[in-house]
Parts: sequence; structure tokens; C-alpha cells
Amino acid sequence: MADLAPGMRVRTRTTDPDGHTRLPRYVRGAVGVLVEEAGRHPLADDRARGRAGAPQPVWHVRFAAADLFGSGAHTVTVELWADYLIPIEEHP
Amino acid sequence: MSDHPSSVISARVRHVEALLESRGLLEDGEIDGRIDEFLAGGSPANGARIAARAWVDPGFAERLLADANGAIRELGFSMAGGLQEQRLKVVANTAEEHNVVVCTLCSCYPIALLGPSPGWYKSEAYRSRVVRDPRGVLREFGLELPERTRISVWDASAESRYMVVPRRPEGTEGLSEEQLAGLVTRKGLIGTAAV
Repeated sequence: MADLAPGMRVRTRTTDPDGHTRLPRYVRGAVGVLVEEAGRHPLADDRARGRAGAPQPVWHVRFAAADLFGSGAHTVTVELWADYLIPIEEHP
Repeated sequence: MSDHPSSVISARVRHVEALLESRGLLEDGEIDGRIDEFLAGGSPANGARIAARAWVDPGFAERLLADANGAIRELGFSMAGGLQEQRLKVVANTAEEHNVVVCTLCSCYPIALLGPSPGWYKSEAYRSRVVRDPRGVLREFGLELPERTRISVWDASAESRYMVVPRRPEGTEGLSEEQLAGLVTRKGLIGTAAV
């Protein structure tokens, strides 16, 4: 997997776990752009289940409202753990 | 916990707290004490001082946007009041871009800088609607933004906390930093009002 870097386009995972997650439903499966790393933390899903997890990067990921809701000219920037993100291969 | 909207949750929390106390894992009243410590000193006056400094000192403003945790220490503030230091992300409003903060998953909020969050910030209506229709929600708050102003919504969905530096009002060139801080409101620091 490519290292994540600002400006990279990513798609969020579509998994719907049984327990706690901090991947909000409204951004699942959506394409956004990495803005800035927001520190490193163990995955919230693991911590909620009492599992020790290694810290991983958390990113500010910016989405166009039209891509999330089908309308709107604004953007929504969501903070997401690297495990929630799949880099999109760019085909030059 | 007595004013929690869900009495079922309240009862469960009280029961768990009583069990932890009866088994010696918690001192009597320890949770209240910890909450008091966490809230101590938290007030929107702190955020207002930071915003006013950013208005009068462009170097500070630049440091604040690049590394908020470091910059607020210059004014004696810290995000280290909880179990671990929380990362602070500060964004600044301009004529071109308006920022507004929400936590769609719960109610994450920079208590040290803004005090306890207002009720509407925790409401499902605000949390679900501001990401979809921020312009409409801001209009309901009485903030009508020009069409050309882009809106950026920030969802505090993970570990960072957020604060907005509102635009400095026109005609305030003669005011002192302290007077400027007096103009800054809690809603201004969340992004649901102009100053």
C-alpha cells in the first residue's frame, strides 16, 4: 500500500462493523483528498473492544458535499484513521 | 448525570459507578472530582483571548494555524488537562472561506478553551444537518453568508479538537486586544456566528 501523503485521493472503506467505529456512515465508500496528518492513535474500533492497537496515522480527509449527498457546494473535512482509507491508484 | 436526556443510560451509569465504588476501584465521588478538574478554568473567554491575539499579531496567527498546541502555550493555555494532551486544530475565517465545527458521532469539543459545549452543539438536529446543509443551518443561526463565501465543515470525528478564529469586525482598528477579546463569542469560535 502506498504511503499516505497530503493531496492523495482515497476511498473510505464500506465495512459496517458490529461494534464501535469512528468511520461515520455518511462518508463510507466516498472519495476524498488527504489534507493533513492529525497525529497518531490506536484505532478507536480496537480500543472500544479492549484490544491494544499500535498507533497509526489519523488524517483530515476533505470530501466534496456533492460526492457525499448528491448536492451542496461546500466541503466536509472528516478525521479518519489510516485503516479506514484505501489509496486510489492514479492512472497517468 | 441527572440531566442526561436518556434516563435508561443515566441509571446504568449510576449503577456501574456504584459497583466500581463498592469494589474499591473508584473512591467515593472520584468521578465528580475528575470532571471538576477537567472543567476547571474552561471558558469561552480563553478562546476569545486566542482569537484576539491572532487578530493583532499576524506571526501568532500563522503559528496558531500551523501548530495550535504550541501557539496557545504562548498565552498560558494548554490542551493537556485531560488524560492525555489533545491535538488542537485551529482554522481561520476569511472573506473567501467560512469554517464551522461539528462532531457528528458524539459531541467532541475543546472544553479547556470554550468551556462546556452548548446544548444545540450536542443535538441530533445540529449534528446531522450542518454537514448536509451548512448554509441553511447558519441562516437559522442568523448568519447569512455571501454566495461567494465557500463553506468548510469540520467533523471532529477522531482525536483532535477544533476552534475557529472568526473574522475581525470592520471598524475595530482602535480597540485594544482586551477589548477585541470582549467581542468574540462562543458561537463565533464554533463558526455558527460572525463577530
